[in-house]
Formats: sequence, C-alpha cells, structure tokens
Amino acid sequence: MKPLNQKAWLLVLPVIVCVAFSAILPLMTVVNYSVQDIISPERRVFVGTEWFASVMRDEDLHAALLRQLGFSLAVLAVEIPLGIVLALSMPATGWKASAVLVVVALSLLIPWNVVGTIWQIYGRADIGLLGAALQKLGIDYSYTGNARDAWITVLVMDVWHWTPLVALLCYAGLRAIPDAYYQAARIDGASKWAVFRYIQLPKLRGVLMIAVLLRFMDSFMIYTEPFVLTGGGPGNATTFLSQYLTQKAVGQFDLGPAAAFSLIYFLIILLLCFVLYNWMQRVGTVDAGAADPGAVR
Amino acid sequence: MKARRFQKRSVFLVAYILFALLPIYWMVNMSFKTNNEILSSFSFFPQQFTWDNYRTIFTDASWYSGYINSLIYVAINTVISITVALPAAYAFSRYRFLGDKHVFFWLLTNRMTPPAVFLLPFFQLYSTLGLMDTHLAVALAHLVFNVPLAVWILEGFMSGVPREIDETAYIDGYSFPRFFLTIFIPLIKAGVGVACFFCFMFSWVELLLARTLTSVNAKPIVATMTRTVSASGMDWAVLAAAGTLTIVPGAIVIWFVRHYIAKGFAMGRV
Repeated sequence: MKPLNQKAWLLVLPVIVCVAFSAILPLMTVVNYSVQDIISPERRVFVGTEWFASVMRDEDLHAALLRQLGFSLAVLAVEIPLGIVLALSMPATGWKASAVLVVVALSLLIPWNVVGTIWQIYGRADIGLLGAALQKLGIDYSYTGNARDAWITVLVMDVWHWTPLVALLCYAGLRAIPDAYYQAARIDGASKWAVFRYIQLPKLRGVLMIAVLLRFMDSFMIYTEPFVLTGGGPGNATTFLSQYLTQKAVGQFDLGPAAAFSLIYFLIILLLCFVLYNWMQRVGTVDAGAADPGAVR
Repeated sequence: MKARRFQKRSVFLVAYILFALLPIYWMVNMSFKTNNEILSSFSFFPQQFTWDNYRTIFTDASWYSGYINSLIYVAINTVISITVALPAAYAFSRYRFLGDKHVFFWLLTNRMTPPAVFLLPFFQLYSTLGLMDTHLAVALAHLVFNVPLAVWILEGFMSGVPREIDETAYIDGYSFPRFFLTIFIPLIKAGVGVACFFCFMFSWVELLLARTLTSVNAKPIVATMTRTVSASGMDWAVLAAAGTLTIVPGAIVIWFVRHYIAKGFAMGRV
C-alpha cells in the first residue's frame, strides 16, 4: 500500500497547470458553442440541448460511428499482438539492436499527411509498388474503386504506421525486466510460453495499458491519413467519425451542431477508454498474483 | 530446437522490416525522380536521377525555415513536458493523495478531444494572449497531449522500481531533490528515453494545431508540405523529398536515446 501524502499534490501541480492552460478554456468554449445557434459572431441564440438531440438522431452519424468502432477494434486486434511479437523478436543487444530500433521507429516520424500521400502512390497499380505487386499476383486491387480494398488499405497503412508505437513501448518494457526473473524460470525449466505468459506479459501490463489506450483513442480520431489517401471514399466506406465531423464543422459551417457532435464524440471516447482502462486494471491484478516470482519459482 | 526457434524469430523480424521499409523506400525513390517520371512509369530506381527536389528545399527559405521552426517548438515542448512530468509521475507512483486516481485519468482525457471544432477556441485563446504565430504557442498547445503521455509512460517505469530504494536513500540522508536527480532518474533512464522520443514524435508530426496557430514566422514543415497539394496539381517529388527529410531529425533523436531504451533498468544486474 502506498503511503498517504497530500504534499504529493505539489509535485503534480505543474502538470495540472500546463495541461489545464490549454485544455479547460477550449473545452468550455466548445460547450458554450454547443448550446447556441450562432448565426453570426454577434447574433447568438441559446437553444439548449436541441443540437445534442438532432445529432443523436443523425442516421449518417450512426453509420460513421459503427464504421469507426469496427476500424478501431480491427486496429487493436492487429497492432497489439503484432507489436508484442515484434518487440519479442527484436534483438536485445549489440549493433543489431540499435539498427532495428531505428528502422522500426522510422514510420512514426513521417508527418501524417505525408503518410497518406506516400500510400496514395504506393497503392496505385500503375506506378506504386504495392498496387503493382498485387496486380502481378493476379489480384484485382484498387483502393479508389473498391470499398473493401479501400478499407483494408487504410487498415494496413495504420498497421504500418502505428505498430512501431506498440513495439517500442513493449520493447522498453521487456528490457526493464530484471534478469533474476529469467534465471528463476530457467532453474524451473519453464517453457518459452510459460516465460511469456507468467513473466513477460504481466510485467508488460503497464506499457500495454498505455499502448492499448493510445492506439484506441488515436485510431478513433484518425483523420489526416484516410482523408489524404481515399478522401473518405469510395462512397463513404472510409469516412470515419472525425472526417464526418469535419464535413459538418467546416463544410456546412454549423458551429453549434458540430460542437455538440464534438462533445458527444469526446464522451464516447472517454467512456470506452474508461471501460478499457478499468478492465485492463482488473485483468492485470489477477495476473499479477499468478506472476509473482515466488509462484514461478 | 533452439536454433530453429531463433530462425523463426529472425524470419519474422526480417519480414516486418521489409514491410516497414518498402513504403519508405518508395518515398525515397520518388524523391530522386521528376514529377513526370513518378506519374508516368513504374521503376525500382530513378531513371533520370535528380537532386533538384532537395535543392528546392535547401535553397527556398519557405521550405527550410519550416524545419527550423518545427525543431524549435518541438524542442521547447519536449523539455517542458519531461520536466513537469517527472515529479508528477513520481507522485503518482509513490503516494496516495486526494483525487490521485481521478487526476491521473483526467490527464489522459485531454488527448481524447477530436480536433476539428477545438481548433477555433485554441485560435481565439492564443490570439487573445498575443502568442499567435510564435513557437511558444505551438509548444504550449502540444503540451495538452504530450504531458499526459509523458506522465503515463514515466509512471509505468517508476512503479517498476522497488520502493525500498527510496527508503534506503532517505535513511542514508539524501534529500529529495538529490535522491531524485542522482539515484532515481538514472534508474528509469529507459522510461525517460521512451517518453522523450514519444513527445518529440507526436509534436513533430502533429499538423492541425500547428497549422492553426502559425502563419509565417513559426510555420512548421508539416504545414508547408500541405502547400504542395494546391498549386498546379500535386508536386509529388518535392513532397517526397520533404517527407524523407522529416524522418532525419527523429532518426537522430532515436539514435541518441536508443541506449536508454535498450538498456532497460539496471536493477536486475546489481
């Protein structure tokens, strides 16, 4: 049990000041927009919860939300296991470790609009490597014409772009496991799987929690990459939630409904993250009991 | 048996690296071609090799100043994020206090605001403060998503350090700042390395806020690159060259922090 110490607040205070400075005012402003009909900057009418009600009834929004949920779950289902396996197979020492680390991190460092642009060329059957290779294999592939291809391309692009985030976090987490745990397992003759299940996985709990939450919320707000790659199409196969929001906010310039939409959007992410967070914490503590080095020994 | 398992891992690793590098190779490949060649033919190597795209970037001030602006605000942001996050993460990992769990989760909720509508209040806030088009404005705005991330990452690593270490140090007569700087931070080097890299990375690639808060003097490279989309179609080649160059600073950063990431924490070897 951690000791109770209210003075710890002093250590946390700078963080709260930094974050609140740029977080609270914008949030309150958006709340303010969401309950008004803004006809012009000078003419505003209070409309109460009307925008919220109309956003909730919006059929297109329901469709975009479902697409978004499917996409985010697919992202988690692919990137988390792939990231763990990648972290496990990365070399731990020597020049190879350094080289692999840098190579793996490269895709994270490309600005998001460039990611979309590169994949736009990369996926084209006439001038792009991926498109041309698939064409050679006899697969009729077109991310601009076929809704399924477009969806898969956005997913593969996201996997390419973001799996390194999961892998780097797990890699750093793995390196933080003291050798004593592995020695104990070796004495026991534990199998590779047992080592993973009872030592590595529980020790990765902290970093995995961050990785899952980050990937979930960021994929739920994905905007730039699909916007550049497919523009939301074909049809609206890759129009995810935040693109739909931007169409509303910028395209139709309905600030009130767009603000209400933003807040609902925010609350959905918040709720899902909260559920994920609590679930992972519970799973974690059950594991932690089994993962006590004494139990392995 | 052992050799075979080793091979399986290597095969997977090589396959992943191929998957990771091919799109990047395609970008580098494009950056040495002319626009005409990119759009007209498929080739693994540039047929008419040209440095022109890079020359454009290095000689045109509106291009290369973008890199300098980005580096300035990213550096300010990373330093502030890590500096404020270290003590806070320590507090979260070591003590209970009023509302600790709520504050910890609240921090992360600041990353969850969908940008589109939130850009407008940001614009208003920073205009009112007279910070528009300064590096400081972007650095401060990016704190919203980087500080929570840094706190969460560092807290995870700090919780992995046994509390006995703190207690022993206090018994030995260390003051808190001295213990924190000379004993504790070296123990979580890996976490600091990872946190630095992620702060750098998220601030470096963020587009919407950076573009909203700047116009000329602090215009970041990511915003400069959107310019190539509008004028007379798309300048693919220069964009590819600019994209290739955006990887370089981050690759240098990860080269410097790689030891901290790979070393893990020293406890197991004591």
